[in-house]
Amino acid sequence: MTMEIDPQPLLSTRGLTKRFGGVAAVDGVDFDLTDGELRCLIGPNGAGKSTFFKMLSGQTAPTRGTISFAGRDVMRLEPHQIAQAGIGIKTQVPNVFNGLTVAQNLLVASRRNRHRMPPAEVCDTVMTRLKLNDIALREVGRLSHGERQIVELGLVVATAPRLILLDEPVAGLSDAETERTAHLIRELHSEVAMIVVDHDIPFIRMIAADVTVFHRGRILLQGPCETVLDDQQVRDVYLGRQVVQHHAT
Amino acid sequence: MSTAHYAILQKLLLTGATLLLLALPWLVNVAFLVSVNSCDIMGILALSMALVWGTAGIFSFGQSVFFGIGAYVYAIASLNMDGTAIPLLLGILAATLSAAILGYFLFYGRISEMYLAVITLTLSLLFYQLINSLSGPQARIGVVSLGGYNGIPGVPTLSIPGLSDSQLGYVPMYCVSAVALIATYAGLRMLLVTAFGQTIIAIRENEIRAELLGYDSRAYKLAIFSIGAAIAGLAGVLYASWSNFVSPDLFDLAFAGQIIIWAMAGGVGTLAGPVVGCFAIQALTTWLGTKQLTDTNIVLGLIFMLAVLFLPSGILPGLRARLVKAA
Amino acid sequence: MTFLPELLLQILHAVSALVLTSMGLAVTFGMMRVINFAHGEFLMLGGFVMIFAVRAGANFWVAMFIIAPLSLAAFGLVVERLLIRPLYGRILDSMLATWGLSLTLIGLTSTFFGYSQKGLPTPLGSFELFGHGQSYYNVFIIVITFALVIALYAFLRKTTFGLLARGTMQNAQMASAIGVNPHAIYAATFALGAGLAGFAGAVMAPMTGVVPITGLSYITQAFITVITGGANALTGTVAAAALFGLIEQGVNVFGNAVFGQAAMLATAIVLLRLMPAGITGRFFRGSL
Repeated sequence: MTMEIDPQPLLSTRGLTKRFGGVAAVDGVDFDLTDGELRCLIGPNGAGKSTFFKMLSGQTAPTRGTISFAGRDVMRLEPHQIAQAGIGIKTQVPNVFNGLTVAQNLLVASRRNRHRMPPAEVCDTVMTRLKLNDIALREVGRLSHGERQIVELGLVVATAPRLILLDEPVAGLSDAETERTAHLIRELHSEVAMIVVDHDIPFIRMIAADVTVFHRGRILLQGPCETVLDDQQVRDVYLGRQVVQHHAT
Repeated sequence: MSTAHYAILQKLLLTGATLLLLALPWLVNVAFLVSVNSCDIMGILALSMALVWGTAGIFSFGQSVFFGIGAYVYAIASLNMDGTAIPLLLGILAATLSAAILGYFLFYGRISEMYLAVITLTLSLLFYQLINSLSGPQARIGVVSLGGYNGIPGVPTLSIPGLSDSQLGYVPMYCVSAVALIATYAGLRMLLVTAFGQTIIAIRENEIRAELLGYDSRAYKLAIFSIGAAIAGLAGVLYASWSNFVSPDLFDLAFAGQIIIWAMAGGVGTLAGPVVGCFAIQALTTWLGTKQLTDTNIVLGLIFMLAVLFLPSGILPGLRARLVKAA
Repeated sequence: MTFLPELLLQILHAVSALVLTSMGLAVTFGMMRVINFAHGEFLMLGGFVMIFAVRAGANFWVAMFIIAPLSLAAFGLVVERLLIRPLYGRILDSMLATWGLSLTLIGLTSTFFGYSQKGLPTPLGSFELFGHGQSYYNVFIIVITFALVIALYAFLRKTTFGLLARGTMQNAQMASAIGVNPHAIYAATFALGAGLAGFAGAVMAPMTGVVPITGLSYITQAFITVITGGANALTGTVAAAALFGLIEQGVNVFGNAVFGQAAMLATAIVLLRLMPAGITGRFFRGSL
């Protein structure tokens, strides 16, 4: 790996909280991600990982706490400013430009390339890398769900972000498509930090990342993928058994 | 036919229409020419709707307001000074500036689509009542009495800059309007292939994704809204020049509605669609007027209802769907 | 300070007129998410029915409370079936289609009834308030609006229909799963809105007279009131009407009527900028 890793966290949250009425969906979470790291967020339904993710992406406003990215407070930024700061987001339901072709989609994204490289070049590179050349002229609205997911991934990659947030990137994908996405993510790992939220355990094993487990709005456990998935507490949580929470560091 | 053939057909029709428009003075009598002149002017207004609604996806009832502002400012300015070049610019500027101010509140306030439609509608109604009420001796700007619901008569036609006595005759005025229509259409076509144009289209397709890529959609929408108003303002100025008269009717709801009917009848997604719809309906209305068969409102209202119920995408897209086999 | 009671009366009257003429639109908007652009014309037709019924010999109050509302409710059923039902969920399209209806109705009434104003004398006579004559009819409008709001509240909150209507509004699929026909509910709701408009038009007719374009003068304010009021038909409309009535009358004291309208619009724009879902959208989620 040729990238220099900055020891300071790239992304940091302190005391991040989201309350809906009386319920704390996310309860005072301290989270750190270093530059170039790949982290998966897992946890049963209602554990708070999706809400946490939405606060990072700017889709939901936190009730309390701070979020900083590359040393900046990013909490009160408009969505386009968060993107301009270098965070790329792939949403749960694919958000792509349905009426435009694949090539046109990528061109729009390529014009926001962080390194200001010529858009046409960036577009070509991404299309080749994601193997989208065959469907370059197809209207995205008419593509299959799997193809749309990959196109959206391409949109995010084209902007050359420093951090990519992926919300359930393999939902609804076939095994082959899931493998293809896992492969792509492993490839991207060397260039960009990533946070992935997903339920698909085999997929998470494929990308072999460090894992953070959410439970009842808090972090239960953090660590390498295999260790965490073998942990008895984590199994209990998924099976709905009562667990005594020790605060993870 | 295939998509490629349809594209060629489109180009042929466009070229044909352009040539016809330009050659018209030699082909028809003056009365007919004056009629088509008004269609050209309304066509420019239709283009502004095509841009703001069709391309940018902003449904605004307000295009007639900017049209009216352009017309009134031109009227007041040209009656107060010599020459028409500055009034022309002032008219367009006034329309653009109004749109920019309104647009700021609408887009930076992230007003939803429906409320935006309602607010622009309300503005339209308000302007109508406002201008209607500005009558009497106090309602003057310079030497011009605003005239309330009577309007302002005697508005000078455009004249050649520097020769303020030589107002344009019927044929030159027609040529100016026709060229303005063609130039605006061409200009918009070119705009839509630039990065800016492509971004506007992307924002219309999926505003969330555009923002997630770092585009400030509010700024883009404000820009396109202002450009649309400038075009509407231009049409307003030309109208005042053509009819030599402005009145609050330019702000009334029926006129605002007509613009929307043109767009819906002709096809919202295209640039040419609303222009075609405009020419078709203007021709229909004129024909009905001569027949004295029935109230125009009834016919327009029926067309409206039928169009929404059965032709939600309009004539041109419907035609295209029939002619081209899906790729 | 003797002008204060008179001002108060004027404000109450203005607010009541606003609530009355907006209520039909509020019901269809709040419960069906349909913007009925022909609402003003329903008002106008209610006025015409009222006037023609009375001239044909019907009792004034029967015409107002029974003939006008019921005729418009029936008309509303027809409109709902032909125009609204095919366009469920398409907010913009139903707005445009009802606008077409509005134009057609104006055209038809112009053709058949002509452009001259039709009117009725206001009954009930007048009284004196601190030296100025006031019409009892104005007071009647205030009272009847108050009664209407309470009646509607009771109807929508306490009766089975009200419950079904609100349930269908929130979840049509669930409603049909328990055996309720959503189409019937929507038709009845739209008819209710139309009937309310007919009633309002009948009430206002003796005061203002009716011409084919009478509806246009009500529609602006009704719209601003309903949209600013937000999703809740009753609370929202009353709240918005109170606010606007106050502002408009307040400004009118100093300027002319148009400035009152301009002030209303400015307030509406600022309010919507701060609370895009309307007054009740933010404070009264889920309740009526």
